[in-house]
Amino acid sequence: MFTRQPLDVVVVGAGVVGAACAYYATRSGLSVAVVDGGPVAGGTTGAGEGNLLVSDKPPGPELDLALLSASLWRELSEVLPRAVEYEQKGGLVVAADGASLATLTATAAGQSASGVRTTAVAPDELPDLEPHLAPGLTGGVLYPEDAQVQPALAAAHLIRAARDAGASPHLGEPVTAVLTGPTGAVRGVRTPAGDLLAPAVVNATGVGGGEFAALAGVELPVLPRRGFVLVTEPLPPLIRHKVYAAEYVADVSSASAALQTSPVVEGTPAGPVLIGASRERVGFDRTLSVPVISRLADAAAALFPVLGSARVMRAYHGFRPYLPDHLPAIGPDRRVSGLFHACGHEGAGIGLAPATAALVTAAIRGEQPPLDAEPFRPDRFGAGTGQQPRQHPARPTRQEPR
Amino acid sequence: MPSDHGDVAVVGAGPAGLAAAVTAADAGLDVLLVDAADAPGGQYYRAPAPGLGAIRPEALHHGWSTFTALTARLARHRDAGRLRHLTGHQVWAATRTGDDRVLHALTGPDGREGVTLRARRLVLATGAVERQLPFPGWTLPGVVGAAGAQAMLKSGLVLPGRRVVVAGSGPLLQAVALTLARAGAQVPALVEAAGYRAYGRAPLILAANPDRLAEGARHRAGLARFGVRMLTHRAVTAVHGTQRVEGVTVSRLDRAWRPVPGTGRRIDCDALAVGHGLVPQLDLALGLGCATRTDADGSAVLRLDEDLRTTVPGVWAAGETGGIGGVRLALAEGESAALSVIADARGGRAPARVAALRRHRRRMRGFAALMGAVHRPGPGWPEWLAPDTEVCRCEEVTAGAIRTAVDELGAGDSRTAKLLTRAGMGWCQGRTCGFAVRTLAGPAADTPPDRRPLACPVPLSTLARAVRSEDA
Repeated sequence: MFTRQPLDVVVVGAGVVGAACAYYATRSGLSVAVVDGGPVAGGTTGAGEGNLLVSDKPPGPELDLALLSASLWRELSEVLPRAVEYEQKGGLVVAADGASLATLTATAAGQSASGVRTTAVAPDELPDLEPHLAPGLTGGVLYPEDAQVQPALAAAHLIRAARDAGASPHLGEPVTAVLTGPTGAVRGVRTPAGDLLAPAVVNATGVGGGEFAALAGVELPVLPRRGFVLVTEPLPPLIRHKVYAAEYVADVSSASAALQTSPVVEGTPAGPVLIGASRERVGFDRTLSVPVISRLADAAAALFPVLGSARVMRAYHGFRPYLPDHLPAIGPDRRVSGLFHACGHEGAGIGLAPATAALVTAAIRGEQPPLDAEPFRPDRFGAGTGQQPRQHPARPTRQEPR
Repeated sequence: MPSDHGDVAVVGAGPAGLAAAVTAADAGLDVLLVDAADAPGGQYYRAPAPGLGAIRPEALHHGWSTFTALTARLARHRDAGRLRHLTGHQVWAATRTGDDRVLHALTGPDGREGVTLRARRLVLATGAVERQLPFPGWTLPGVVGAAGAQAMLKSGLVLPGRRVVVAGSGPLLQAVALTLARAGAQVPALVEAAGYRAYGRAPLILAANPDRLAEGARHRAGLARFGVRMLTHRAVTAVHGTQRVEGVTVSRLDRAWRPVPGTGRRIDCDALAVGHGLVPQLDLALGLGCATRTDADGSAVLRLDEDLRTTVPGVWAAGETGGIGGVRLALAEGESAALSVIADARGGRAPARVAALRRHRRRMRGFAALMGAVHRPGPGWPEWLAPDTEVCRCEEVTAGAIRTAVDELGAGDSRTAKLLTRAGMGWCQGRTCGFAVRTLAGPAADTPPDRRPLACPVPLSTLARAVRSEDA
């Protein structure tokens, strides 16, 4: 066992959030290592659709974070290779009845007041935007700032760019312990390949966030919320925007453990159409649920009847890391000096990654954050330290292949 | 007449599935035998299409009488109403609902009709597909799978070419070369990447399996009679021709299967039949949550107990899904699994036959493990790939692109390599390139096998209707 050169920051987790933290921290001049027991994008990032959405967030702190992130993603798209498939294609939220349209319109008005660009779309304008939408919809709202990225490639290229700027990736090296000094302050992490010493450690372990926090001796109630995605055979361009039903917004912020499905449909540059989104709290259950994927298919065909004849090639699942109040945990943990969190983004981690990284980097450097980080305070859930730091191995952050 | 709800459902009507189905029906259980093909037999007992008017299909098969005996029992049980043989049913998922195991299948003339079948118990006999290792030129017309060439001959009575080199690794190659030669093809060489001498290091296993020894001797004598040269520790490292195969380059391999520079020799041919053994089809089992282990040949196979139970209650597996072992093992395991299913359904003491089958199985599994270890691809095989060699044919992903993803972008396993390159995301969903991508992505030691929750493509409209049938 050896100890490497002292660092400023160790980022734990090579998903998109960890990758963004490594990238922004390195660019700010800090000396950074990013460490993960698995490969890059081995967890929820690799199972994500790559949604960069402002449309699905009601006015509030998460929307502010999403707006900041949307502008940072636009900047990143200029820097990262085209391979990350960034596309500001816009989101189109549609309503099937009058009540649903009224709710959607009210939400859009609030979002607009918070700085989101929105355009009301009348029923007769829908076919111009999306020629294959089902007839009979009562209207919609267009969100031109919604965008898409290929999440695994985005994470990989962020880490590569960080590496080129001086960061050191340590993939395939699981963190087995968080090292603390005599005052209880964090001084690094231990891996089978050696210790990585730094006065700041960032928990960007996604659904492993709670277990990693426990390694550092604190409680963070991150839990998995399973989602399935269907992938069709490659199709000619049929769907131009990220299209979803107004009910999706309600499902995203729901606290229910029961299954929810609301259709989210979009094309990809390679041709396949992606169909989400289901939400259920079933722990880390990796078995196939036919009722869930069947409902997704049903809802997608209701939105786009043309998809009925397409074949579904693949179904996969991922586990969104959620916290009880559906806001991520971002910033310093006041219970353990030197411990920072960047996890619990639920289904919005790809979209919120750059803004999260900007907040964490500012916090590590002791600078003014770009927006008020108080709502994302990691220790907001009440429980104290409660536990002694444990030295046993953290659960690997990666999951099943898609 | 059994309904859509059986005491046991058997998926796959190859040797293992047939044996399981008729054994269960012998005991009076209601059996559903579900298979994608129109006729029983699977890949092994593949018969010529009726329209071809073959007079002696048995000429292409060993053990044809075993098969005809099984199909006769199948017909008797079907006529007596104890067994439903659902032909043309492609199962796309298997799940559990309460006490039932549920099969979701596609059928109908265009494969768009959805069917839901239920049974208390499930036997998975889903067989295997051929393992392919890519090499420069393998996408050229005239290069066919070795097992594929044999299947073409058995079902369509056609040869892949007039002068066919057979290459790859595994005992199947000898059978393929012999079948092709008997059918009139000239086979200038059989190119085996491993050596046969390694079998000699396990004399006890050989002594316990005299039938396999005799079979090997019979094959070699047959190949000698047809003038087939046996080249061991060699591989095809290039294919020549622009429109189709005109010849191949065969190079010597070192112990790690790295080609030895300067040893390439050209052999003229108009077709190449190539394969590196078989890999189990585990999609349905993995979807159910069955645990796996890594077999001697490097493939993921199902973890089974002595009675062929998987780790999921009510689910058994037989044949190649538990490790590649051949037809006799598949027949024995099908019967064993059925006897265990019968005991589970009826209670009572296990018949004496169970102990005999267990011994039989242990002996044959010993040989299968030896075979797997001898022919397991050496770690150096990727060195015969050029950077522009396509590894994933569906998405046209080259070896160079995968290596870049691994070296430059941090893809440390096949899932990430796939996400970063699209290798394995195309029509075959990585069934062909999966093994190769896993090797290129690095230490595959303990990575879980690729999961495909949908065992085949499913029309979206059919999928949309599936929930109503499952909820019903």
